[in-house]
Amino acid sequence: MDLAKPAYLTKEEHAPAAQPTLLSHPSSNYGLMSWLTTVDHKRIGFLYGVFALFFFLVGGFEALLIRAQLMVPNNDVLTAQQYNTMFTMHGTTMIFLAVMPLGSAFFNFIMPLQIGARDVAFPRLNAFSLWTFVAGAIILNIGWFLPEATHGAPNAGWYGYAPLTSKTFTPQHSIDSWIMGLQLLGVSSIAASLNFMVTIINMRAPGMTMMRLPVFTWMTLFTSFLIILSFPAITIALVYLMMDRNFGTGFFEVSLGGMPILWQHLFWVFGHPEVYILILPAMGIISEILPTFSRKPLFGYPIVVFSGAAIGFLGFTVWSHHMFTTGMGTVATAAFALATMAIAVPTGVKIFNWIGTLWGGHIVMRTPMMFALGFVWMFMIGGFSGVMHAAAPADAQQNDSYFVIAHFHYVLIGGSIFALLAGIHYWFPLMFGRKVSEFWGKLSFWVIFVGFNVTFFPMHFLGLNGMPRRTFTYDPNLGWNSANYIATIGAFVLGIGMFIYFAVMVYTFFKGERVKKDVWDGRTLEWSLPMPPPEYNFRVIPTVHARDAFWYEKHHKEEVAKEKELHAKEEDAHGGIHMPFGSIWPLICSLGILIGAVGISAFGPSPDLFIGPKLGLSLLGGFVMFIGIYFWALEGNEGYHLHLDKDGKRIEEPSPSQH
Amino acid sequence: MSSHAATATIDHHHDPSTSTGIPNKKLLMWAFLASDCMFFGALISTHLIYRLHPPSGGLDPKDIFSIELTSFSTFILLMSSLMMALAVTAIQKGNLKSCRWSLLMTIFFGMIFLGCQVYEFEHFVHAKNMTLSNSLLGSTFYTLTGTHGCHVAIGVLWLSLMYVRSFKVASRPSWFNVQLLHALTLIVVLLLSLKVTLGLVHSLETVTGFGAAIADFFSHQSLYLGGFLLSLWGLFWFARPRGTVQFNEAHAIDVESMGLYWHFVDIVWIVIFTAVYLLEYI
Repeated sequence: MDLAKPAYLTKEEHAPAAQPTLLSHPSSNYGLMSWLTTVDHKRIGFLYGVFALFFFLVGGFEALLIRAQLMVPNNDVLTAQQYNTMFTMHGTTMIFLAVMPLGSAFFNFIMPLQIGARDVAFPRLNAFSLWTFVAGAIILNIGWFLPEATHGAPNAGWYGYAPLTSKTFTPQHSIDSWIMGLQLLGVSSIAASLNFMVTIINMRAPGMTMMRLPVFTWMTLFTSFLIILSFPAITIALVYLMMDRNFGTGFFEVSLGGMPILWQHLFWVFGHPEVYILILPAMGIISEILPTFSRKPLFGYPIVVFSGAAIGFLGFTVWSHHMFTTGMGTVATAAFALATMAIAVPTGVKIFNWIGTLWGGHIVMRTPMMFALGFVWMFMIGGFSGVMHAAAPADAQQNDSYFVIAHFHYVLIGGSIFALLAGIHYWFPLMFGRKVSEFWGKLSFWVIFVGFNVTFFPMHFLGLNGMPRRTFTYDPNLGWNSANYIATIGAFVLGIGMFIYFAVMVYTFFKGERVKKDVWDGRTLEWSLPMPPPEYNFRVIPTVHARDAFWYEKHHKEEVAKEKELHAKEEDAHGGIHMPFGSIWPLICSLGILIGAVGISAFGPSPDLFIGPKLGLSLLGGFVMFIGIYFWALEGNEGYHLHLDKDGKRIEEPSPSQH
Repeated sequence: MSSHAATATIDHHHDPSTSTGIPNKKLLMWAFLASDCMFFGALISTHLIYRLHPPSGGLDPKDIFSIELTSFSTFILLMSSLMMALAVTAIQKGNLKSCRWSLLMTIFFGMIFLGCQVYEFEHFVHAKNMTLSNSLLGSTFYTLTGTHGCHVAIGVLWLSLMYVRSFKVASRPSWFNVQLLHALTLIVVLLLSLKVTLGLVHSLETVTGFGAAIADFFSHQSLYLGGFLLSLWGLFWFARPRGTVQFNEAHAIDVESMGLYWHFVDIVWIVIFTAVYLLEYI
């Protein structure tokens, strides 16, 4: 690696024989410590997935409680206050703790494999993102376990409109934990996105030009751009809110001259790109699955990529369509309406490209393909109602009604969730070497598909009949009874479908059918790996000759094999495969952040001059975080080297002192 | 392998291990700065929005700002960018001594800026009665310039740690070492110099007569002054030659990434100075 890597990256050749215990690197490959100290992108991706699926079930349970409450008029399953908490936490959980981290799980696990890299650019930063996400999730949910009179779970809506969140109207700490939870998730998302951007731009295998990147990797890149450019807006808005609540500033305080509408603008400057953060990874997954099961290359690859870029760019110009009824003025309203309609164009282009991919293909109906086709159809319905909202006069009628709920559940469940469920089925064999049975997979698809439509299609009618959002009950004589009843039945069918899906997934994880390498006859580099992939991913860094890199390899076996052996010898001569050591310090750093955030969000200021729990815990958290950063910096980016033979077996064991 | 880098010339504009030739750390910093732009964008636009919609009976910024002082500190901050650029060039050429002096000068100028800001905040709160919570101008002003001040403070801390790192001799890592003491000494020097300087300014402002003011300064600040001189001596002591150091032109990328951050913080200040201060005098 002498030539390939500058010296500052590879000073690890011979690690010192004895080190003080505090600084010795974690050495186990098994057990709890190996997971807590992991810097392997595949393990981090897996952990993201586990946490995300857990919170997906929590969010789903909250949704079922909401539907149970609305099943019949004047129901009393939940009180009005509990209902507020449920819809707030359902939205916040599903967006920040389920769909986003599930996307992150795929970014982590799949993207480096698709570009032929051995890890992300900054493995320890990646671990830090994971643990900070966990810390944020804990802070957001901490209110469930604290007294409701003073704390409680967040209850001001996932959008947290001012002045409802002010100290006057919500004196409880529920809002404080909402603020700190979202701040931590923002830190985690931005750190992870910076890492993915550098990885995609800088860590591609030789020959993997940008226009040969798999579309999923492209969408990872666009999503990362959206995250780093949109999260600052909500971070600053949350800082204002925190200062209003804690230090008496007047950003959203009308009595001081503040304007609550500022919150809406800052929130939606983040919030609208956020919906593309949720859907672009889904589009990437679909663009991988459809060609694989149509036995055709993706139709119009450059157009699909560029329309992704166009969606990402336009996503920053349309935030005020969430605020058509706030009285922005005719010109602003018209401009945002036009921009919103414009965004339907690149989205429609993508739909046509997917149809073009299917057209004339030898379609193989496997479970991932079922979910992918369901995505295309359901996402289109959500898109159509989206264009209806874009017309500002029509939106004035639909705003804050169940029509909006129907719309965004069609794009978020029918869109994002369907694609993520498709992606889990698609990449499950790669991750674990086992495959879900087709019967159970397809059964879960049909139950989910039917349950989803029965739940949300009636909401279009409910909305047009005037049923408002965020209302915990309704009168029996308003004509909303039967649609609500049907929707609730659908919601439970959907719940059963999800249960089947995950029960089968857990069963397959332990007992499923073992499959060989390249189970779907894939086209992208991740399928060239053994299943599950070894910790170093590629024995030899692949050289890419075409857009569908693995497809090319399969059709040029001899040349590629020769080339690989040549490169294997070169790599071995340069020191073998470089692997980073694990590290506990990112976890310690996140732990410090967690402690500080508990201090800030769960306690009020102390009345006297002594250091109370708020300041005390904040300082302690800061200190722990500093310790984490200090040792993180001190241990350096060292690693060890692997030498492998042709079958991937280790030729010489790394010396114990190094590993 | 590290010996290899020390002998061969390094191309500081091309890293052969990455697809684009841009070092990973530099790309990370550029992407982070793009994100940071949006942070300041949100803060500055909030200030400007509330400037256009001031509450009735609000404060007039012209009564509060002291444009001479801020112009001075702005100039100092811009000059610190020059020092930062010199530090990057020096380490790229392997000139360790020049790099250290340039880093120290950057830290020094950064501290002057921070001192001016501490003085300014203190003055605005006590003399002009503008606080965080008594006016919207106070809310937006302190939040915006305070966030920038935090960026400068983090930059100074980073510069200090880089300066200390340049003294690290080849040794095994250990959790507690002379580097840590060195860094703590430097931070103590910086904090005490701030305290002593502000104390001197306070004495000169409040006590009439130069001699009386100096006497007042010594009577109040002699303990801090002693501590400052002692820690300053410690700084020189730590900087004595201690053998071959590890820091060389192979680490230029670390200094360069830090430089990108520092220049960015300066550029943001130019925007803030224009939008918050100068705009009021047009």
